[in-house]
Amino acid sequence: MGDHHHGPAKGISRWLFTTNHKDIGTMYLWFSFAMFILGGAFAMIIRAELFQPGMQLVDPAFFNQMTTLHGLVMVFGAIMPSFVGLANWMIPMMIGAPDMALPRMNNWSFWILPPAFLLLASTLFMEGGAPAFGWTFYAPLSTTYAPPSVTIFIFCIHVLGLSSIMGSINIIATVMNMRAPGMTYMKMPLFVWTWLITAFLLVAVMPVLAGAVTMMLMDIHFGTSFFSAAGGGDPVLFQHIFWFFGHPEVYIIILPAFGVVSQIIPAFSRKPLFGYDSMVYATASIAFLSFIVWAHHMYTVGMPIAGELFFMYATMLIAVPTGVKVFNWISTMWRGALTFETPMLFCMGFLVLFTIGGFTGLMLSIAPSDFQYHDSYFVVAHFHYVMVAGAVFSMTAAVYYWLPKWCGRMYNETMGKTHFWISFIGFNLTFFPQHFVGLAGMPRRIPDYALQFADFNMMSSIGAFIYGASQILFLYNVIATIVSGKPTSEEKVWDGAEGLEWTVPTPAPYHTFETPPKIDPAHAHS
Amino acid sequence: MCFEAKRLFRLALGPVLMLVSAVALAAGGEVNQVNMSPGVTEVSQEIYSLHMIILGICTIIGIGVFGVMFYSIYAHRKSRGHEPATFHESTKVEIAWTIIPFFILIGMAFPATSTLLDIYDNDDAEMDVLITGYQWKWKYEYLNEQGENVSFFSNLRTSQSEIYNTEQKGEHYLLEVDEPLVLPADTKVRFLVTANDVIHSWWVPELAVKKDAIPGFINEAWTRTTVEGVYRGQCAELCGKDHGFMPIVVNVVSKDEYNEWLGTKQSEAAQIKELMAQTFTLDELMERGKAVYDRNCLACHGAGGEGGVGTAIAGSAIATGELGGHLDIGVNGVPGTAMQAFGGQLNDVDMAAVITYQRNAFGNNMGDMVQPIDVFNFKKG
Repeated sequence: MGDHHHGPAKGISRWLFTTNHKDIGTMYLWFSFAMFILGGAFAMIIRAELFQPGMQLVDPAFFNQMTTLHGLVMVFGAIMPSFVGLANWMIPMMIGAPDMALPRMNNWSFWILPPAFLLLASTLFMEGGAPAFGWTFYAPLSTTYAPPSVTIFIFCIHVLGLSSIMGSINIIATVMNMRAPGMTYMKMPLFVWTWLITAFLLVAVMPVLAGAVTMMLMDIHFGTSFFSAAGGGDPVLFQHIFWFFGHPEVYIIILPAFGVVSQIIPAFSRKPLFGYDSMVYATASIAFLSFIVWAHHMYTVGMPIAGELFFMYATMLIAVPTGVKVFNWISTMWRGALTFETPMLFCMGFLVLFTIGGFTGLMLSIAPSDFQYHDSYFVVAHFHYVMVAGAVFSMTAAVYYWLPKWCGRMYNETMGKTHFWISFIGFNLTFFPQHFVGLAGMPRRIPDYALQFADFNMMSSIGAFIYGASQILFLYNVIATIVSGKPTSEEKVWDGAEGLEWTVPTPAPYHTFETPPKIDPAHAHS
Repeated sequence: MCFEAKRLFRLALGPVLMLVSAVALAAGGEVNQVNMSPGVTEVSQEIYSLHMIILGICTIIGIGVFGVMFYSIYAHRKSRGHEPATFHESTKVEIAWTIIPFFILIGMAFPATSTLLDIYDNDDAEMDVLITGYQWKWKYEYLNEQGENVSFFSNLRTSQSEIYNTEQKGEHYLLEVDEPLVLPADTKVRFLVTANDVIHSWWVPELAVKKDAIPGFINEAWTRTTVEGVYRGQCAELCGKDHGFMPIVVNVVSKDEYNEWLGTKQSEAAQIKELMAQTFTLDELMERGKAVYDRNCLACHGAGGEGGVGTAIAGSAIATGELGGHLDIGVNGVPGTAMQAFGGQLNDVDMAAVITYQRNAFGNNMGDMVQPIDVFNFKKG
């Protein structure tokens, strides 16, 4: 031993005991894709039941379990871990570091995830069924009136929180301490910036979520009354605590996506990112604002008018930095030399659809109108525009963009583009009509609906099946690339790409930047 | 055939409809409605115009932003031989697109604030209605300072066979109740909203009233409807299994009609009081009991008492056991389960009838019966 230049270990022990950021990144990415398929399967059951009015496939209690698990698995199992995986792979390679700062903890933060989700999925087979109180688990539906599996759910949330906090600390430590000499903060790629800010958000709010579920645990098993008015508590307190976590959480999901898009659009525009500094400031402003807007999820709980006005004004303000970002991306494209490979297509899909989600977000921020939008399908449409077309589209773009660097093989471009167009059409067919039924008065989280909503729901379901099926094409394309894609050894796979990750060999060797690279001081940023 | 073709045509037309959503200003509850309905109150119309203003501003900005983007996609593509520029910042432009949106937002905040103030103006109400959310029905109580309060439960009227597709679905499928809330037109009505178990939310789009019903707390909302008519809504906050099956129907009538209706309800209440003192025959109790069972118990315990979410009643130890135990479950429920305490929901006559029914239906031939006075005494302890 003593040889520091060894390759990966053989067999299963490589994956179980690895401390290598690339291995751990790979495991995160595969795990999150598996969760994406699982959460997607739950969504397919939901859409199949909603295909027509009347109850056909499942009973209402099981339907509620599906909506709950779909939300939990997608947020905590698919989107968040996928971006952590990307951070693991890319951050060290982008800042010229040999690995993450805390590699053993890195292993641990990944490996506690699969058992947690196994446990969560196992609640489906328990007496009383899986959690059925929505991914927002409002008390007292999630306490006094919850199935027994709620205790398992609380344990799972604790484990997920632990994993997220460890992952974030690792990212903060890596970015702050491991940058190559000359890589100043204002030279870091925007993906690193957005993740640094995201990591601070995570460290700040995951403990709040842990607090919320612990209070639930106390209420359920130890006779406290945090959330029960009968014992002097308050059910609305739960919502305040939950959304104090929950609102920053949505930015935790979207900020790394902003980072990805800010890497890819310049590459295929062959032009530097427009307004780098303002991108950094806008990201920081959004992160700050995310802490003071939580009660816009609660306009109808009966807050005093002063509270309503404060949260309305603060929420509307978010449109300013978000607008800056959109304008910057479009200015980056302006007078570039554009090509439209799959990663760029997904980023432009992101740009259009995320902006639509931003507009509906602005509409939702207007408290009086929100009395009509709140808890309707309009909200469902809104957050899928930002979560799916925002986070998932950009994550998909990231996979296509960096996959050749990861495995030294090129994906099939035609299949990639087909994947994009089917996704794009399927997505819009699913979620655009949901704006209509929401405005027309259809509440969310219902297993059956009035007849006037039938046509749009059928469209939605057909769209969902199309979108779901397109992911099989994605999986096939990725596996085919890894197994038998066209080999490439060009360091810079994309001619317009900038950044340190494109200076290492392709495929990226097991260890990169064991000696720090030289950063050109004249070079502004990548 | 023709119907199917029309339906497919509408389906195909859906995306086009969104572009002309402005034409769909008609009343709510329309098939394939694509926009918010303006509603029938001053507040709902204010909210509607606010919604349209913001939607309009967003649309204009969207056209601008996407226009620039698509022009760039068209004109600045490499395949057309476009050479990339190298600019990457412009302080002036960046300041402009920070400040201008800020002022647009301030412009939006004015009408938003004034509408919100109107929504929160609960003063000077001419009458009060207490709305209580239950799993899974609504209770309405008319708080009358002069005398007898009128109160009743409002349950889903759509039959299980419609829901489970063995019968044609009616026009107001899932949006119909056995007893609607009746309100007088041109009257400022204040709603006091609360819940008995979990959080519900009382939403009628046409009135633009949505208020969370929170156990242990009372929220306020109000409405003044100028147009007589029937307005339908649903519970908007996930409240458990039958969240999708607790609709709201508001029947707005003229003041005279309302007073007449209130009078009838008051005399009905007086009648029930009289009935409480009566002794019934087994047949009378069974007949009344079946109706009460179908309304309140069937969803969980099944049409034949075979069980479902709830335990089976046919042959159960409780329904064929000692009478006191059976009454106890009916009146006090089983804490921590879906079995609610019906003591506060059913009057003593209905409670006596439904217990008697359960003991003598579904093959439970106990032969005994419960009289209203028995229920009354049981409740007293």
